[in-house]
Amino acid sequence: MAGIELAADAAALRLEREPYYCPLHGEVELFEAAWRNRVPVLLKGPTGCGKTRFVEHMAWRLGRPLVTVSCHDDLTASDLAGRYLVTAGETVWVDGPMTRAVRLGAILYLDEIVEARKDTTVVIHPLADDRRALFLEKRGEVLHAPPEFMLAISYNPGYQSVLKELKQSTRQRFVAIDFDYPVAEAEAAIVARESGVDAATAQALVRLAHMTRNLKGSGLDEGASTRLLVHAGKLIAQGVAPRTACEAAVALALSDEREMLAALNELVSSVF
Amino acid sequence: MSSSARYSEASLGAAEAPLGAAELERRLEELVGAVLSSRRSATGLARGLAEQTRPLQDFVLRWTAVTAKSSPELAYQYAGLAARAVGELGYAGAERWLMTAIDVYDREGLYRASAELKDLAAFVGRAREGAWGVSFGKVAGVLGIFLAGLAGRRLQLAPADSAWTDTATLFLPHRITLFASRAENFRVYKVSAALLWAQTRFGTFALASAQYPQAPHELELLNLLETLRLAVRIEHDLPGLYRDLEALSRPALGAEFRAARERLRAPGATVADSLAALGRLPASARAPDWPFLGTLDPARALAVRQERVARDKQALRAALQRWSDERGEEGLPPPDGESLEGGAAAPEEVKRLVESLLQDLGDLPEDCLLPAGEGAYPARAQQAGAAADGADDREDGGALRYDEWDHRRGHYRKDWCALRERDVHAGDPAFVEAALERYRPQIRQLRRSFEALRGEDRRLRGEPYGEDVDLDALVRGHAELAAGGELGERLFVRRARHERDMVALFMVDMSGSTKGWINDCERHALVLLCEALEVLGDRYAIYGFSGLTRKRCEVYRVKRFDEPYDHAVRERIAGIQALDYTRMGAAIRHLSGILARQPARTRLLLTLSDGKPDDFSDGYRGEYGIEDTRQALIEARRAGIHPFCITIDREASDYLPHMYGAANYTVVADVARLPTRLAELYRRLTR
Repeated sequence: MAGIELAADAAALRLEREPYYCPLHGEVELFEAAWRNRVPVLLKGPTGCGKTRFVEHMAWRLGRPLVTVSCHDDLTASDLAGRYLVTAGETVWVDGPMTRAVRLGAILYLDEIVEARKDTTVVIHPLADDRRALFLEKRGEVLHAPPEFMLAISYNPGYQSVLKELKQSTRQRFVAIDFDYPVAEAEAAIVARESGVDAATAQALVRLAHMTRNLKGSGLDEGASTRLLVHAGKLIAQGVAPRTACEAAVALALSDEREMLAALNELVSSVF
Repeated sequence: MSSSARYSEASLGAAEAPLGAAELERRLEELVGAVLSSRRSATGLARGLAEQTRPLQDFVLRWTAVTAKSSPELAYQYAGLAARAVGELGYAGAERWLMTAIDVYDREGLYRASAELKDLAAFVGRAREGAWGVSFGKVAGVLGIFLAGLAGRRLQLAPADSAWTDTATLFLPHRITLFASRAENFRVYKVSAALLWAQTRFGTFALASAQYPQAPHELELLNLLETLRLAVRIEHDLPGLYRDLEALSRPALGAEFRAARERLRAPGATVADSLAALGRLPASARAPDWPFLGTLDPARALAVRQERVARDKQALRAALQRWSDERGEEGLPPPDGESLEGGAAAPEEVKRLVESLLQDLGDLPEDCLLPAGEGAYPARAQQAGAAADGADDREDGGALRYDEWDHRRGHYRKDWCALRERDVHAGDPAFVEAALERYRPQIRQLRRSFEALRGEDRRLRGEPYGEDVDLDALVRGHAELAAGGELGERLFVRRARHERDMVALFMVDMSGSTKGWINDCERHALVLLCEALEVLGDRYAIYGFSGLTRKRCEVYRVKRFDEPYDHAVRERIAGIQALDYTRMGAAIRHLSGILARQPARTRLLLTLSDGKPDDFSDGYRGEYGIEDTRQALIEARRAGIHPFCITIDREASDYLPHMYGAANYTVVADVARLPTRLAELYRRLTR
């Protein structure tokens, strides 16, 4: 019974079509090597630079189901591992996403791990070292991860919060792959391909993004991400005027401050 | 011709043919016939209007009709002046001018209204100054950010009589009132600023001083040619900005510039090409009166640049010497040009200086690659320090001693700084009252957002959803079930957010450079912060710091951890003054010690300062101070403290990431925003 369910589960979690990803500096090979050697991976980088897409692509490439958990500050260890539910007077154990991923031999991707509560990191520690085991405390069960299982976590080092630093004991269990926004040509190609705008518009969008990234630290916490550019590009491809599209998808998405918005709009109107 | 006339021309693309004088006369007679007589006909009006474009004629007729409903006399006068008013003010402006007159008519009658209409010049003046004029102060913030986006670094902006740059600062006019709309006037600012940036970016000052012309009229022409050359660069990457520039380039360029313009369109044209083109211009050539054209002052620009180059060169040589020493210790050969270009291993400082020099010179001259001894910082300051050192010796009783990091030696100077804790004298309580009054809405908002952070650490029982089964509830539920009742849903235990086990120490710059406005903002910021923190319940302390030489580092108690935020604390906040210098390292060491003794899971040290650490002895100014501060922060981090630095820095601050650690600081560029920013930053840091 449980076996059939798991199989159905795995099928649902497997990616059917190749998610587009443009490899930049050997991260694909690195990830593959880590997977083969059963080493967990830490993806570092600013928001919207393609970390999640990369994991999806790798899951497809390696033919593994993918379990993605977007971590938030109320995410507890039992949200990940599983819990007892009470139904009709009986307590029934229900696997959490992490347990499911281990049973399936999937790739488990914990997005923005630092957002989760501290106790969650304790659960991933034994999974992340050579024990590769998940302790289900409440069931008194130890799950050993199959060789195909892999743990990947992501982390944005740009966040300026002391409560959201990744502990050394956690980070030192991972192989780290550093992500940044791609170089201008590659980024323009990605924007063009993902949004359907022409090359010249994509280049202009990337130019705008670079200008906003220049403002990081002088009023903006982060510059425009590749994702934002793709959003703006999609609007433009739909026939929205480039200036309007960028004001909506880039300027307003980046800031609420009037002065900053005015300056961003001036940059937009300079580029387009 | 005035610029606003150009504006109206530009916006008039008359498709329809203008009406003839006869037709106009007929229509005017219909509208204002009541005030015409044998001595006063519409013929003259119609004749004048017949020369105008059709949209303008329509505009005048329409508003004459509107005005005639109130007063045909006023309408008659309006019809006579309207064409000129549109020329001066644009359509929107002319409409406003008429509306003002009609308002006066409604209130005060025809006599005053017609006086108002006739005094068109006064209205134009007022309108330009007040309603549509744009001042430097209004646009500096937006332009500063805009330019930082273009340039990748903060550029210094300052008001001046005309737009020009000395390569360090971009000067822009005090006010621009050329056009009849704010948007147009702002556009002039934007294009001027972008062109000045382009001058520094694309090498307008790349030649030797002797190669530039001296005569003002020639410089004016060179400025124009450079603008043409830079416009081509702008056109490629910033087409929108280029369109603005084009739209403002009225009147059109004369035929005498055509050849020059073509030559300067060539890719890779430099300032030398502009100079060559200048030589070929006919003697009669005059630069057109484009509103964004400023002035060119190569002599001053070169002087400023030369100074910067000399400073960078000297600093680079000193940095190379230190790097060479370090490599020597590791058994590596001293660095040469190649290892610089390879670049990867070069210290951050060397890379930055090389980059700056490359931007200024385009190439690294041989002489700056020779490592040299120390000397990057002015010797004068060190002598002054030595004198002060001696004088202060006798005051050294009862002080705490702190080590100081000497980056040149790579060691600490033992017990180098003497530090004392002092009390801030109570200031005027009215200051705090005024601040509370002034920021009342912001405080209310801060309190609300801080309330959301307030943690509660509780296991909530009997929840419908949670991480564990609530056994008590389950047993009770079963009992009910057995008794024929229903099993309830509230059977789980959920743990609510954990408590904020956090202490924070705020360390406030009381150095002389904060005197005045910054000091006021610091004090306002502290008042707001305290108000917000009282809601949150985090334990916190506030200390000021200042000092004069290593013998007199001082830390001022504003609020200790064990003190409540009360009347005395408020008075001490009001009493924070600007004192001497910023020897930050010792203060950080002392205060991290205090913080480390506080029992808490998270300890936060927030420094609030206005730029570089600075003290006039031991060369603390500059690199030594930066390195010592950095080291003190590293020590704090080792002691389990999270330091975070807030800087009010009006200058380009490329040393900040090195000093503070890239992720552990923020710059508040606009001091006026500090009061609300500080509390907000704290909230974001600790959420």
